[in-house]
Amino acid sequence: MYRYDEFDHTIVKERVTEFTGQVKRRLAGELTEDEFKPLRLMNGLYLQLHAYMLRVAIPYGTLSGTQMRMLAHVARKYDKGYGHFTTRQNIQYNWPKLKDVPDILADLATVEMHAIQTSGNCIRNVTSDQYAGVAAGEIDDPRIWAEILRQWSTFHPEYTFLPRKFKIAVTGHSNDRAAIKMHDVGIIIVEGENGEPAFDIYAGGGQGRTPMVAHLVGEKIPARDLLHFMDAIMRVYNMHGRRDNLYKARIKILVHALGAEEFARQVKEEFAKGGAGEDLKLPDGEIERIRAYFAPPAYETLPDTDAAYEKALAEDKAFAQWARTNLADHKVPGYAIVNISLKPIGGIAGDASDAQMDAVADIAEAFSFDEVRVTHEQNLTLPDVKKSDLYEVWKRLDAALLATPNIGLISDMIVCPGLDYCDLANARSISIGQMISERFADLDKEHDIGELKVKISGCINACGHHHVGHIGILGVDKKGVEFYQVTLGGSADENAAVGDIVGPAFTEEQIVGAIETIVETYVANRQDGEIFLETYRRIGIDPFKETLYAAA
Amino acid sequence: MAQHINKKARFHSLTANRLLDGEPVYLTGDNGWSEVLTDAVIADGKDEGAKLMDIATQAVKDQHVVNPYLFDVDVDGDKPKPISVREQIRATGPTVRLDLGKQAS
Repeated sequence: MYRYDEFDHTIVKERVTEFTGQVKRRLAGELTEDEFKPLRLMNGLYLQLHAYMLRVAIPYGTLSGTQMRMLAHVARKYDKGYGHFTTRQNIQYNWPKLKDVPDILADLATVEMHAIQTSGNCIRNVTSDQYAGVAAGEIDDPRIWAEILRQWSTFHPEYTFLPRKFKIAVTGHSNDRAAIKMHDVGIIIVEGENGEPAFDIYAGGGQGRTPMVAHLVGEKIPARDLLHFMDAIMRVYNMHGRRDNLYKARIKILVHALGAEEFARQVKEEFAKGGAGEDLKLPDGEIERIRAYFAPPAYETLPDTDAAYEKALAEDKAFAQWARTNLADHKVPGYAIVNISLKPIGGIAGDASDAQMDAVADIAEAFSFDEVRVTHEQNLTLPDVKKSDLYEVWKRLDAALLATPNIGLISDMIVCPGLDYCDLANARSISIGQMISERFADLDKEHDIGELKVKISGCINACGHHHVGHIGILGVDKKGVEFYQVTLGGSADENAAVGDIVGPAFTEEQIVGAIETIVETYVANRQDGEIFLETYRRIGIDPFKETLYAAA
Repeated sequence: MAQHINKKARFHSLTANRLLDGEPVYLTGDNGWSEVLTDAVIADGKDEGAKLMDIATQAVKDQHVVNPYLFDVDVDGDKPKPISVREQIRATGPTVRLDLGKQAS
């Protein structure tokens, strides 16, 4: 894992000192709210429905046991004993007091964590594939490049006041687990010249009120040109992105207005202005220095099968059920990737208690080379677990109520905080997620339905990624009453698509029944082995409209 | 900021967040602030609402509260009752965590 160098330590420490002074001046009445608000937002501190909310960055979703334990400590000491993991691979605390925030940031800084660039119109925390470095078939470890982008973008003076926020995601795998094409810039590592990594760079994706899939604007960009090319994109956006209208300020609007080809042309022109770009090229030594931080851990040479693991699978049905959904193939024989579901049946998606965070930290230290990942689907991952340890890991997860066997199934939903917490929300999301989860709680039924991604947002800002849910649910407000609009056929993977609105919105009482009708329609129409999305793409929206609205 | 009042609505109360901890608070009849919604003073009509807003603006200047706004209420006896789901949740706490927020205390 990356370790801070002297520069990182210095800038984080200085930021804590600076914000501590700003809070002090605010509380002493020397700063007005109008003056203070942009300052607190630069430090991840929002004001929500019931309290302040602090968003802490987890760069590319990677953290150590010590860092996870610090997140638990913050939850316990300063908040109400839990935190909420988000689709940006960050964590949010829902109840911090303003006066405590400097202390929280100081505590976080002791383990190389902070809340920088988790808000505001800057380049936000770079996100990545939770299987980075451990998935078979990966071209290169995206964490290396995400870290390079983090260093480049942190406090970058030119990109501190962009027209709007800017989100970058990186993957090194052809199976997209990081929603690459739904980001302002999405980067896919591909094979370049001489076996070196290169980058396919997509721009102009995003959700919100104008969902768009990103376009390829740079093909096979050589590794050393990554920052030079990113500068070119940022400069075209910074120059031409709209600042007159909040709703038209994201890069997707610019790419759409210019057309992807013209946007790409302007980027190439800007890129050429850098000449050979020697001063912007990444020095070889620097790439290798960063790469060394992400060197594979000391894996043991093991057979790919483990007799004790196989025996436990055969004898313990609950363990076998969990293994079926929550494990993924590891590139090293004898190891597995463990997914920890933060979606207990009827629970709150993405929430973890301080005790659970401590438990995950302990397990990661003992069994996964001290590393944890946060996924954009609001789950956690232990990337490096020996198959011979899986049964023990499962038992410990189960004891911490962290062994829900539902990864990829209908109850593994993305759900935004919604009107239960969020100041921007129009409707509740969590309670809808809970009702759906309970309705489909029968595990055999869930397995029969198969892979189905339900995503729920409480407003058009789409933090719950509803546009790219196989089934998307959007909460809307009609004269103070909650209604839910449904979209079908969205996807955030390598075949990204924005879902289609199925028809008029449903009431809170109707929505779960409507989801059930949609699932039944799929089951009735599916052909052998088809998942929901495949059936939808084959038969289209009409059969679903008919079953949903036939009675009306 | 989102609209919290409907043009046709007659009765309003005023809420804000307390500066120190973000707690939702309500302007009371004696120009104080209460954590309890039913303590809120009720404005009958636009002019009375504007007067409440003036008091709140001063409270923002005085570092007591931030983000003040008027919201629609029904009058239940002599107590305000919030109309929107948003204000109902804000006045009580998350509906999915009954152990948290005002409802917990």
